[in-house]
Parts: sequence; C-alpha cells; structure tokens
Amino acid sequence: MPGIELSHILIAIGFMTALGLMLSGILAVANRKLWVYEDPRIDEIEELLPSTNCGACGTAGCRPFAEALIRGELKPAQCTVNSRDAAEEIADYLGVDAGDVVKKVARLACAGGAHVARNKAHYDGLESCRAAAVVSGGPKRCAWGCIGLADCAEVCDQQAIHMNQFGLPVVDPAKCTACNDCVEICPKGLFSLQPVDRQLWVACKNLLHGDEAENDCEVACTACEKCAVDAPDGLIQIRNNLAVIDYSKNHLASPTAMARCPTGAIVWLEQEQPIRGKEAKRVIRKQALPIR
Amino acid sequence: MADWCRVNIMKLFRRRSFSHGVHPPAHKDGTAQIPIRRLPFAPQLILPLGQHIGAPAQALVKKGQDVVRGQPLAAAAGAMSVPLHAPATGRIREIKSMLTSRGSREPAIVLDVYEASTQEVLWREKRNLEELDQDQLLQAIQDAGLVGLGGAAFPSHIKLRVPEDKKVDTLIINGCECEPYLTCDHRIMLEYPDDLIRGIQLAMRASGTRRAIIGIEDNKMDAVKLLAERLRKASDIQVEAVETKYPQGSEKMLIKSLLNREVPAGGIPADIGVVVNNVGTLAALGRLLPRGEGLMERVITVTGSGVRRQGNYLVPLGTPIGFILEQAGYEGGPNEFILGGPMMGPAVSSLEVPITKGSSGLLVLNEPSIRAESRHRWPCIKCGRCVSACPMHLNPALLGQLALAGEYEEMAHDAHLNHCFECGCCSYVCPSNIPLVQLFRAAKAINREKAA
Repeated sequence: MPGIELSHILIAIGFMTALGLMLSGILAVANRKLWVYEDPRIDEIEELLPSTNCGACGTAGCRPFAEALIRGELKPAQCTVNSRDAAEEIADYLGVDAGDVVKKVARLACAGGAHVARNKAHYDGLESCRAAAVVSGGPKRCAWGCIGLADCAEVCDQQAIHMNQFGLPVVDPAKCTACNDCVEICPKGLFSLQPVDRQLWVACKNLLHGDEAENDCEVACTACEKCAVDAPDGLIQIRNNLAVIDYSKNHLASPTAMARCPTGAIVWLEQEQPIRGKEAKRVIRKQALPIR
Repeated sequence: MADWCRVNIMKLFRRRSFSHGVHPPAHKDGTAQIPIRRLPFAPQLILPLGQHIGAPAQALVKKGQDVVRGQPLAAAAGAMSVPLHAPATGRIREIKSMLTSRGSREPAIVLDVYEASTQEVLWREKRNLEELDQDQLLQAIQDAGLVGLGGAAFPSHIKLRVPEDKKVDTLIINGCECEPYLTCDHRIMLEYPDDLIRGIQLAMRASGTRRAIIGIEDNKMDAVKLLAERLRKASDIQVEAVETKYPQGSEKMLIKSLLNREVPAGGIPADIGVVVNNVGTLAALGRLLPRGEGLMERVITVTGSGVRRQGNYLVPLGTPIGFILEQAGYEGGPNEFILGGPMMGPAVSSLEVPITKGSSGLLVLNEPSIRAESRHRWPCIKCGRCVSACPMHLNPALLGQLALAGEYEEMAHDAHLNHCFECGCCSYVCPSNIPLVQLFRAAKAINREKAA
C-alpha cells in the first residue's frame, strides 16, 4: 500500500506494547499497595443467604447482611427469608446463636372483596389503585377499603401476592420476604408487616359506626364492642369506631374475640389463613355486589 | 415606526395571550344567557370543616343546637384558615365524618334546615369599612370566611396580604373562566358588576395596590363592554380582553398575558409584584363585607348533556349534589358527575357529596358523550403534541413514561413534576388516550407520602 511503511507498523506495535507493560506495572503495584483485607467468611456466608437482596433485614442487601453478621451486629435468623436450617448453618459456621426472630409477612387490613363491599360508582379508567385513588378515592363505598386493582401484586418482586376471585390481594407467606414494597404502594395504607405469631387480626380499617359501616361492607368492623368487653386486660380496645389489638399483650390473645365478632372483621390466622367465628354471617355470595 | 403605532396594530390583529395551551370546544351556549337563579334549600346541608386550603375550621356549635342563617358555625383555626357560617336557619344534627369530593371522609357539620323559616340572614357583624386600616380589613375578609371561589379555595386574606419583603403594584382580577361549560363567573360579571367593582376597590385597599386589571377572555365581550362602561370614571381599574384559550384562567398564564411577566419557578405572583383574584371571589367580597355577612352561598353552573334544566344557580353551601340534580332534573342511567369544569374538575363518585366553597360547577355527562371518546389506552407514539400543549413548558411525554416505569423521584427531580398544575392540556391532546394528569396526580401523592 502506498504511504504506509513497515516502520510505521513496528512503531505502533512497539508503542502499544510499552504502554501495556507500563500500565500493567502500575496495576501490579496498586494491587499490592492498595490491597484491602476482606474477610473470606463474607463470601461463604453470602453463599448460604437467599440472594434476593430484598432488604427486609434492614441492610441494603445480602452481602451487607453477611458483613453485619460477621461484625456481630445482626443475628442469622434476622434474615426472615432464609429457612431455619440455613440460619442454623450460618450460626454454626460463625459459632454464634442463630437468634430467635419471628418471621414477618405483609398483611392486608381489609376483607372487603367485591362480594361483600359495595361500590358507590363504576370506575372506568387506568387499572391501578394509585390512579383510581386520585379520582374521588376509588369506586368502593368504604373510604378505607381495598380498591382491588392489584398495585401490590404488580410491585411485588417475589410474586408473593395474587388477586383472588373477589379482587382482594392474597399474600403467600412462604414467598413473602417482608420487603415493604406493598406497604409503600398501597394508596389506602392497608398493608403492614406483621410477625406471624400475631394470630388475632382485625381485617378492617373502617372508622364508621354500626349500620353505616355495614352499609359500606358486610365484613366491616361496626364498633359493636363485643370483642372488647371481655377481652383480657385491655387486649382489644375500640378506638375511633375500630377494634384495635394491643400486640404488647399478644400472649393473651385467643380465638374468643374472633368467635364473638358478628361481622367477621376479627379473624384468627392459622398459617396466615383467616378463620372466622360462628357468629359471623356466612357470606356465600360469589358475584360482585351491584352499585347502589 | 412610532412605538404607539406598533402596539395598536398588534392589538388589532391579536389578543394578548400566552404560549402553548389548547382550544377545547366551549360548550357555554347552553347556560351563558341564563340569569342566576336561587335554588331551594335542601332539607339537610353537609358542611365539611375543611372547605379551604389550610387548617380545618374548629366547630363552635354542638349537636342539637339551633342556629340562624349567617351565624358562624366554626372558627378559623389559626392564620391559614377561615371560619364557616350557617348557610341556613336550622338545627345541628351532628358533627361527624362525611364523604367529600376527594373520596375521603372528613369531619363535617350536618345541619337540618327549618323548612318553615324565611331564611333571612339574622346574624351580621357590621363594620365601618371606611375606618378600617389594612390589617383590620384583612381581618374582616378572614372573618367573612372568604376563599378563592375559582376552585382552589385558598384563603383570600392570605392571598391579599402582601409578604413584607415583597412589593406588589398590580391586582389582577381573573374573569377568564377558561374551563369549558362553566358560565358562573360570566353571569356574575354581567349581573353583579357593582358588587364586583366594590370588591375590587376593597381588595386594592387590602393589598395596597394602585392599579387593577380585569382580564376577561374575548368570548365574553358583553362582560368586557359592561364593565368598561361602568369603569369609565375609575382610571385605576382597567378591563382587558385576552385570547380565548385554555388555561388562560390560570393565574400564571393570565399574568403572562396581561403584563408579560413570568412567575419564577416555585414562586408566587407577589414575587413579580402581582396579586390575582377571581371575579367570583371579589364580587362576594364586595357584597358581603359592607353587609357584615359571611360566605353562605355561591353561584355554580349546573350543566352538561345529562341535565334537563341547565343554568347558573345560587346554591347554599353544603347542598348535596343529589339535591341539586333533583331540582335541575337529570337523565338517569350511568352518568359521569364532575365538580367544576371538565378539564380540571374532579369526578365525584357519590351524590351525597356537598357543594363546598371551592365548587364552581356541576357537570353531568351522560353515557353517549362519555362513550364517544375511545377509552382504550395506546402506547406513547412520541408525537410531541403534549409538549407543545403544556403551558408550563414541561415534557409530559417524558413524565408519563417515567410514571409508568415507577420512577417517581426522577419525575420530581429531573422532569419538574411539581411545576405541573394539572390543567389537563396534555391528556386532552394525547392521541393515544394516555391519562397523563391522572398518572401525575398519583405520582405526586406517592412523593408526598414519601416526604412525610
């Protein structure tokens, strides 16, 4: 080729080789001088963690959690996503106590599916609870109730939430990592992270009294106070027309309150499956209630 | 060419206006010529304590108490609040949480109206207006329970009080009424010009401004002519016609049109020496203050294809919209009810919702007119129509994409979400039917919750 001589090519090759050698030399020196000791146990422990990086333990992800374990700031059981066996294995490896942390799961404080909760209007717009909530609070009569357009199911990275036939989200406790995403997205603030040993649960947030609440939804808390009158030592109180359970007295909780509730707003959870009392009306309706 | 000559030629060819915006069909013919009529009192009035922006008023009355028309029912809770007056003589049924147009339940006074009452105003707080100084005048405005009647319901005494570090030279009176369908401000200008002018003079005194400009869209030339006629002697109050374009009635747009000044981002009109008030607000001010009365009723436009007797009605505050529709007559079936105009007004989901100080209209769209537009949402085709419609010069397409991706913080930081005042121009022009403003409102709600 005219204009290009062999010497040009040789100069380029020589220059690149020299540059490469020089830079690799700098890297080699930097590797020695700037080397940071990293505990090899971090990698080992990270292997035993679920790698979901969900953040439920309070750290940014699984690796920071492993670091915190080695520093002794957290206990292996505080990763509630991990199985008990894996937590024990980590505890054995580190020679510490696995800790005793009750698994938390996301729980919905509403049982007002389409078959029991009345609509005040028909919503025909963007299929999102957040979007529906800015249009007059959504279609449900109950101002506090679940809108049912599945923002929570969509935001859940673990696919732990699915919508049931009545348009209510159902949490799969085995998949839920208690990461707080559904808590933040729900426009009505119905989700909260609850330890699974809190079996007595008020599945309602309606602050109306009596018939007014029942007009909104058949399973609403009507503030009848039947649960509160013989609750041991103030376990249940009625505040703003809603039964509130004092979980600092959780050891006193029994299915009695559930059995007394005439609407079924108070439930007893077995493996996160709600059990309603005999006093509660049997709702056998399967289709949606009409708009009234 | 001489300077005066150029200005006059410009005026001949084009009305004063702002850039961007849209031209939706006006739909005002049905009610613009119908005089304001008084509606009967509903048997029960629902009066939310938080009808204004700011702290809700504090109830002064008890369950079972008899009250007379005009009597204060609730007192202002602090500076950023206004009192509430009884719109009718009756008995307090109870104070409890009632459904509002936002869909939440807020504390409200429920008033059973005495049907046999003559409904005279029996409670007044007379003041000699001539003797009041600026602060006393602002206090009188607060005591009248006055808020912006254009829709925002911002307390008027706060709006008229010029911050100490700012200088204000012009009071702008907003008579644009750019929302389609609404004609209540138009009728107020035609029927209560004297109240309006008295209100403007009082507002000028309260805010310490020397000049006032009434800005009216040029589809209401009868109001422009009438007010210009009345104001021939008053040299400090001008009447200006501006282009009929949505959202001309937004205060930032109107200031730009009339004075060619721009409100700085995140600022208020007082930053550039302007105070803006709506004509309905100042007409109420001019009517109530000399009589020493509080705000008890307001004019609303009841209109839309679903209403039989459309018109402009003087309605006691607290009247449930179901009662208004009973009186005005409406076609049954699935209707869409909107409080205010169709561009910005919220759809309401229950007929129990009452008219409050901020409601400017009641629009009922029946099924055919709802179905006429396709409801299907298509993907964004990046045509840029929303960008050229946005009067705030934002990029709604980008904001919409970010909203669908759940990037709410980026919407606020990088795409200036908080400068959007939800006029609805972008949703209106979007050929893909993307409900942009609804997405923005949802995003703002999430950001507010995160900040709290």
